[in-house]
Amino acid sequence: MTEARAPAPAPGTEPHPLRAVVLAGGLTFEREVSLSSGTQVWEELVRAGIDAEVRDADADLLPGLVAAPADAVFIALHGATGEDGALRAVLDLAGVPYVGSPAAACRLAWDKPAAKSVVRSAGLSTPDWVALPHSTFRELGAAAVLDLMVARLGLPLMVKPASGGSALGVQKVTRLEDLPAAMVSCFAYGDTVMVERFVEGTELALAVVDLGDGPQALPAVEIAPESGVFDYSSRYTPGLTEYHAPARLSDEVAARAAALAVQVHEELGLADLSRTDAIVAPDGEVHFLEVNVSPGLTETSMFPMAVEAAGHELGEVLAQLLARRAAAASR
Amino acid sequence: MNPSGQPGTHLTTGAHPHVVPRHPRLDPLADRYAARTHGMKTSEIRALFSVVSRPEVVSLAGGMPAVTALPLDAVGSMIGDLVSGMGAQTLQYGSGQGDPRLRERICDVMALEGITGASPSEVVVTVGSQQGLDLVTRVFCDPGDVILAEGPSYVGALGVFQASEARVRHVAMDDHGLIPEALEEALLDCRANGDRVKFLYTVPNFHNPAGVTLSEPRREAIVALAEKYDLLIIEDNPYGLLGFEHEPLRALRARNNQRVIYLGSFSKTFSPGLRVGWVLAPLAVREKLVLATEAQVLCPPSLTQYAVARYLDTQPWREQIKLFTELYRERRDATLESLSGLMPAGTAWTRPEGGFYVWLKLPHGLDAKLMQPRAVNAHVAYVPGIGFFADGNGREYMRLSYCYPEPDQIREGVRRLARVIEAELDLHSTFDRVDTGTFRAVRASGHEARSFDSGTIVGPANSDTYEDGRA
Repeated sequence: MTEARAPAPAPGTEPHPLRAVVLAGGLTFEREVSLSSGTQVWEELVRAGIDAEVRDADADLLPGLVAAPADAVFIALHGATGEDGALRAVLDLAGVPYVGSPAAACRLAWDKPAAKSVVRSAGLSTPDWVALPHSTFRELGAAAVLDLMVARLGLPLMVKPASGGSALGVQKVTRLEDLPAAMVSCFAYGDTVMVERFVEGTELALAVVDLGDGPQALPAVEIAPESGVFDYSSRYTPGLTEYHAPARLSDEVAARAAALAVQVHEELGLADLSRTDAIVAPDGEVHFLEVNVSPGLTETSMFPMAVEAAGHELGEVLAQLLARRAAAASR
Repeated sequence: MNPSGQPGTHLTTGAHPHVVPRHPRLDPLADRYAARTHGMKTSEIRALFSVVSRPEVVSLAGGMPAVTALPLDAVGSMIGDLVSGMGAQTLQYGSGQGDPRLRERICDVMALEGITGASPSEVVVTVGSQQGLDLVTRVFCDPGDVILAEGPSYVGALGVFQASEARVRHVAMDDHGLIPEALEEALLDCRANGDRVKFLYTVPNFHNPAGVTLSEPRREAIVALAEKYDLLIIEDNPYGLLGFEHEPLRALRARNNQRVIYLGSFSKTFSPGLRVGWVLAPLAVREKLVLATEAQVLCPPSLTQYAVARYLDTQPWREQIKLFTELYRERRDATLESLSGLMPAGTAWTRPEGGFYVWLKLPHGLDAKLMQPRAVNAHVAYVPGIGFFADGNGREYMRLSYCYPEPDQIREGVRRLARVIEAELDLHSTFDRVDTGTFRAVRASGHEARSFDSGTIVGPANSDTYEDGRA
């Protein structure tokens, strides 16, 4: 896909208000989060003067886009289909412009172990990991494989589904005897589990936006969950987590984190917007954890906090992204 | 830190005039909430239920009555007439105790289950029987008081009890309902511990979630125990008229009108959306309930009370209940036949003779809550059993509701569920026998795995990631 470079049309020059479809919902674990993101995006776009509507990614979507074409689509779907590139590939086939990364890049970013490989190959730091399907444990014996994992990666360990967001299925395993059960519950989310070395430090959300001048990092958001673990409840219950935007980092570490996020965005071929999750270790090193091509945009999400910390209104930023995609498509 | 100082950052700085700085915890009132709100968190379980609204998913989760089987046109014109012809009454405040005409009709309904001597003056109309239970609990329970309830118990009741800061002690049940011997043991235990038991909460007919019905001999035994131990019983009976096999058994309240407070509801026999239920209580209790409900809601909604009374006066409601019952029986049969044909060995379930629910026990070691993401992926939904216990038990159980989906959908849902359980069994067979005590981390350190140095294995830096070709 060619990167769109057209600037947003000047206000008042458009023949009609930009018509946008916000995609939200979907048929994944993250449906609720997506509906919440979609509602927030819709409100922000309407406030910014966009003629926006929210639609689910269901059997009515494609006929709906034919009957009432959108100038551009904003994908607020989280989880598979919305983030794994599949839906974007269909929108490409349909010739419908959308905000965000192209299908192939999404496919790569969606696969957390694959994305980590790319990031590490680019010289960036990411905690050691191994990702395996259930069949490997069955064939080689779970005890032998888990024994090797612990020996190589140590404890604590992070056990995560190899794809997916919102911290669903993610567990920190501190005691050896909890590891088999953690594997069992994680495999309920998908066929492949990623086990990652735990890095102690400050959790950061690093938003990146490209409004036409290349990807730019927004101020880092620092995450300090009351419980110590940034799990589903800590993410979506206001009051359970303390956020600092900008993060309380030295200028040097902040610059390094920003550079890492921009480099990740570029190395993986992402477009328009992304959110990289990272950890700053006590020695100041910034470790990449994962990147989201469809970052959460709910009332408790970090991407909107970063936009605000940069002094912008979320609706205006999203409207500019939509306008760029619409303009590129109409040329 | 100035964002413009970051490399590659060209966005303008300076606060936008419309941007209001956020509180760091996103909630400036975070430190002000009552202690009892601490458990009120966004939960993964709720998030997983979100997909149930999609038609691709077979939901065996929600207990939604089949309201489309009602004569909707007739009900619609009836409600329209109530507004256009009687708006002065139906759109106005009403009595805190509830509309007198409706309370008379409620006594007629209760007579079907053997409660023949009740007076309309003993009835308090409530916003669903849920509000009735809340009122009763407020009137009787102080923080720390003990409530006895079946294990499992109705999740909505446990929520009410928790809000009142009462403690729940579960009493075992089996295929014939609450076990009297277990009840007596619980009463003696509580007495020995100095715990104050305020009441027994029970759903005797087609229990939610267990699907079982309290047998006739046990009804007598439990009422006798109430006499012996000075026990108050809260009898919650929303499903009693929805039996498939026999006429309704006599209510506990019909056997003892001083020790039993009865909760009834039109949610399953007419409409849950109207939110009309009731409490039948001795006069002294009734007085307190009326004062409590006035403090809470002033009065139950007038329009829906009139709608229920008019429905009972003008529509063939007994025939409608028969129609509902036939519909649910067919769905129950589809559920039980599918379960028998498809469930893997080691799975067990109850055989309800009425109502909405089957209570299913998973093969040993499986956890219905942890299995839920797999079920969402397979497009089938159920309610994990853990929610029906106040003490963290019930992990190996789930509630299946057959009231809402059509028989074909039920069969497909059970098929999907069986595959989910089989996949989970396969997973457990891989991981359950792992003895982490033999791991080299343990051997190396002697006791503490944490102290093991992960660098002792010789090998390349870890990048030997499994790739399945998806990238």
